[in-house]
Amino acid sequence: MNRDDHSAQAGHPVGRSEVRVDAFDKVTGRTRYYEDRMPGDALYARIKHSTIAHGFVKSIDTSDAEKIPGVVKVLTCFDVPDIPFPTAGHPWSMDPDHQDVKDRLLLNRHVRYYGDDVAVVIAENEVAANQGVRALKVEYEELPFVLDVQEAMKDGAPRLHDSYPNNILRHTSIQKGDYAGAIKEPGLIRVEGWYETPTVQHCHIENHGCFAYEENGRLTVISSTQIPHIIRRVVGQALGRPWADIRIVKPYIGGGFGNKQDALYEPLCAWCCAQVGGRCVRIDCSREETFVSNRVRHAIRFHIITWLRKDGAIAARKVECFSNQGAYASHGHSIVAKAMGSFPQIYPCGNFEGDAYTVFTNRPAAGAMRGYGMPQASFADDSNIDECARALGLDPMDYRDKVIMPKGFVDGFSKNENYYDSFRMCLEKGAKAIDYRRKAAEYAKDTGPVRRGIGLAAFWYNTAVYPISLETSSNRMQLNLDGTVTMQCGETEIGQGADTAYAQMAAEVIGLRSYKDVHVVSCQDTDITPTGLGAYASRQTYVAGFYIRQTGDLLRKKILDYACEVTRQPVHNMDIAEGNIVRVPDGRVLMSLSELAMTAQYNPVHSEHITAESTYTIRNNAYSFGCTFAEVEVDIPMCRVKLVDMINVHDCGRLINPALAEAQVHGGMSMAIGYGLSEQLLFDPKTGRPLNNNLLDYKLSTFMDHPDLRAEFIQNPEPTSPFGTKALGEPPACSGAPAIRNAIYNATGIAINTIPITPHVLFAEFSRAGLIKDEWTKEEK
Amino acid sequence: MYDLKALYEASSVQNAVELRLEHPEAQIIAGGSDVLVQMREGKRAGKELISIYGLDELRGVSLDENENIRIGSLTSFSHITRDPIIQKYINVLGQAVDMVGGPQIRNIGTIGGNTCNGVTSADSASTLHAWEAIIELTGSEGKRLLPIRDFYIKAGLVDIHPDEIQTAIIIPRASYENTYGHYIKYSMRNAMDIATLGCSANVRLSPDKKTIERARIAYGVAGPVPMRAEKAEAAANGRPVSMETVETFARTVLDDINPRDSWRASKAFRQHIAVETARRCMMESILLAGGEL
Amino acid sequence: MAQYKLIHCNINGKDVERMVDVRASLTDMLRNDYHLTSVKKGCEVGECGACNVLIDGECFNSCIYLAVWAEGKHIRTLEGLLGPNGELSDIQQAFMEETAVQCGFCTPGFIMTAVEILESGREYTREELRKLLSGHLCRCTGYENILNAVEKTMKKRLGKA
Repeated sequence: MNRDDHSAQAGHPVGRSEVRVDAFDKVTGRTRYYEDRMPGDALYARIKHSTIAHGFVKSIDTSDAEKIPGVVKVLTCFDVPDIPFPTAGHPWSMDPDHQDVKDRLLLNRHVRYYGDDVAVVIAENEVAANQGVRALKVEYEELPFVLDVQEAMKDGAPRLHDSYPNNILRHTSIQKGDYAGAIKEPGLIRVEGWYETPTVQHCHIENHGCFAYEENGRLTVISSTQIPHIIRRVVGQALGRPWADIRIVKPYIGGGFGNKQDALYEPLCAWCCAQVGGRCVRIDCSREETFVSNRVRHAIRFHIITWLRKDGAIAARKVECFSNQGAYASHGHSIVAKAMGSFPQIYPCGNFEGDAYTVFTNRPAAGAMRGYGMPQASFADDSNIDECARALGLDPMDYRDKVIMPKGFVDGFSKNENYYDSFRMCLEKGAKAIDYRRKAAEYAKDTGPVRRGIGLAAFWYNTAVYPISLETSSNRMQLNLDGTVTMQCGETEIGQGADTAYAQMAAEVIGLRSYKDVHVVSCQDTDITPTGLGAYASRQTYVAGFYIRQTGDLLRKKILDYACEVTRQPVHNMDIAEGNIVRVPDGRVLMSLSELAMTAQYNPVHSEHITAESTYTIRNNAYSFGCTFAEVEVDIPMCRVKLVDMINVHDCGRLINPALAEAQVHGGMSMAIGYGLSEQLLFDPKTGRPLNNNLLDYKLSTFMDHPDLRAEFIQNPEPTSPFGTKALGEPPACSGAPAIRNAIYNATGIAINTIPITPHVLFAEFSRAGLIKDEWTKEEK
Repeated sequence: MYDLKALYEASSVQNAVELRLEHPEAQIIAGGSDVLVQMREGKRAGKELISIYGLDELRGVSLDENENIRIGSLTSFSHITRDPIIQKYINVLGQAVDMVGGPQIRNIGTIGGNTCNGVTSADSASTLHAWEAIIELTGSEGKRLLPIRDFYIKAGLVDIHPDEIQTAIIIPRASYENTYGHYIKYSMRNAMDIATLGCSANVRLSPDKKTIERARIAYGVAGPVPMRAEKAEAAANGRPVSMETVETFARTVLDDINPRDSWRASKAFRQHIAVETARRCMMESILLAGGEL
Repeated sequence: MAQYKLIHCNINGKDVERMVDVRASLTDMLRNDYHLTSVKKGCEVGECGACNVLIDGECFNSCIYLAVWAEGKHIRTLEGLLGPNGELSDIQQAFMEETAVQCGFCTPGFIMTAVEILESGREYTREELRKLLSGHLCRCTGYENILNAVEKTMKKRLGKA
């Protein structure tokens, strides 16, 4: 990508590939994450997890654990308050019907997955805490369990929560036009498939952890979270304490990807702290716990029936989605609802019928994860669309050109609009960059044991959560005496580079020389930081754009009002540029911001510390678009796919920082590669026990599993955003897996409808298709 | 912080032997990349450890007076790969251990630890089997030499007496002379992974390069312990260098191996890959030996 | 009873000694006793590389390295790369300029492996560099810009860029 972005103009901090504001500290190891702020006397709380998938704790014998030197206290599921609480990192709703499901207790007598939390040992050191956990004797009454989403819906299946018959947390439908009537049209081609996506985990390199202590009768929790203000509310709810009794501090965090968009162990940690007289207590998730006892991505099974006319038009479409929620509601139905909703938008169809079910099973709870249902939907949808192209004898790119969302398309619910025909622009750019046409023709000739293939897939994504949820946030700016600005935002830096984008936007709005003249306070503290919602829904740069614009204007007004007093020039005749007060008609520099700030602060008659703060409530959303092209080499006898090339093209509006945007895309592509080819959390069908909850057995892609990743952009300015920008956080993770799948389809002719496409899956599929013939395996059958 | 009861650090091989006798319950720790992981999991929690990591006398590769290759048991994987003797005479071993985990693991992991833990997936083990390595154990009675196939008793268990430690792995000259080999690690990722199957083959060709004088092949994860495929070897020994021989050889490995179904891979899949890797390893070995196919 | 041992070693160029709990990993010792918090914990079993440090010039995951083994060793952590007046080394500069840093949690480990690679004085292909860096997991960057940063610094040091 060309780093010297054309949209960046001299004197404008936005649109430049600036170095991250936190880069220096991160390359020197100074950046402090939660564990680096740990008080030396913190007690270790370690959790006893259930070793059955479903049942009741009958008793816990704590006597041996309590005898271990260093063990301070043992708390069990029989000790916790009976206050069910929700965990999802959603804005609270005043409407009880829209509130998140309250199905959690701090520790559980009714355990619903292998790894559920049943007790805590608090000790003076780590070894004693771990020994204490091992010394607990838990007696269970076992119940049958269910892992499969459709099995769980059957009558007579083990029920996880009393108030949800057939384990269905929620069922919603979409009816557009007349599906039943439309499919009666003679001559339609039916393209049907079942598409299966796996349970995967976020695998941020910093595990979740937190510590809590009491100060002046209130509880402070320092946590590795994406959503400090929401966590304050959840901790208050869980402990039955006034929310203002809780203070949450979010330091730098080592990635989140949605897992930390949930209350994880903050409530339990705060409660443990309160149980030991307010002494500092730490909970540090191990990697094994992170995989199982935090959150995972919903595994969603799709059933799609597409009815095509001979010219390729989609006459009717039916989509069923079965979303595996795992044991607790967390973000619940919102994920699959978003997934289902994507179908009639990306490939519009007048006669559409959709059903989405979110179903409890005895698996780890599924929550938010980068893409929020779209990687799942994109896999199913774009696999099916490739099969449609094949059924029609059309090139997959040409076919998408026929049916993909047209320019001017408006979604009735979000009011999002495709203003520029972005899809076709993205597809064209990607095809050119990867040399799609030539390669598609050339690879069609491959017939040997090693075959090449090329494939593509597309996606759209919303920006922020309007109109489903409240979309509001605040920030604060203060003019410093040296003419720089210190800014606090409710929206959090979690590694993506948000603080840098905020600094660039603020410098642009206020009229500072450089983004370096904006000091973003990266750490959110709910006692101090203006209220915000946090990092999710690819919302932050978009949302922050509104309040930075608004607060920046307020600050500018105060600065210019004061400048008017000092310079006697009318406000409308002045501007702030390059850090100076400038008289507009002749461009004369009247004074620097530093002079103004000093004058204002130390004026014996009218002293003013110039600050501004505001809240912006957004009632807009914005479509973000993109696609992936992937090229593979398939070694059929070895059942192995080598990813040779991969390009993502995004229209996320105007780029605030092209280099950071590119880096963000790389990371999403990497996640998509794992999703498509290797990652899957596995469970023992006999016990429900997780089999591979560590970084050796869970196959996160390594440095050697990637080709060079390429990111391209189409910069159509988003009209609703003050900066022309929109979602880029999650979009890069959406379309990679189906593009890889379609490349394999292109190479081998085998339509594989299950990800990850591991060698095991390829072996089964190639054997079935006769591409590999092993007589000995047949003999045994 | 590891939950270990006591740590005894050996100051010499002799001292290690004494410590073993004094603390029969203690576990030997070399590089620790397996032992410490197990201790953290709770499997070996609360146990005593005898550390031999400090015994530099057990590090390094050398040729003895008979030109047998002697690899000190504490030699790390990365040092084996970089060693000129290994590169000259048995490069495939350097390549095989260069596929263990990642660079940091190859710096801490030792070839002695890799064999003493008795794991079938060890990347060094199939090559050591295929090259008929000799294990040197040192105990209170002195040294004991054991062919590697006899060293492995069953999964996770090797033949080390209560007073012994493994001190070297020897590749006899007769094993490596004029011999060329290739290793394929089949794993789900290209780094930081354990083998789904490991296949190591080698050949010695006749002077005219037309006949296979000696073919050897061994596997990891094709059975509970690393194993040779002798019927396959017999099917190639003395046969002409040809694709037909390679195919017969590769198919015959199924008469030798005994992989199992597990959540990591099915038996059928491992069988399929065993044949395919045997074919590819043998072809590559023949090419390295100067043969034509 | 807890068992302690006096451990002498050289950390970031300075000779130090301290009584160390024999149960401690090198990660524990560096973080808790010497406050070198660039050494990160991501898995504690040698699978992620976040705790990587240089010991006598080679990279090790300090989580699975007993602290007592540090006796007599020269240990380097990311803190040791910064010059006396706060000057960044070339590889740190490259990580900043190439946008190779996101959440920053894997960064210290990666940079220390890069130091070992660069100090070898050898030139590697991109594929070889991928292998040399493969002992670290990163979920943010897709590794792309990390590779670019290391390659660029390598070429600069070899006078080829």
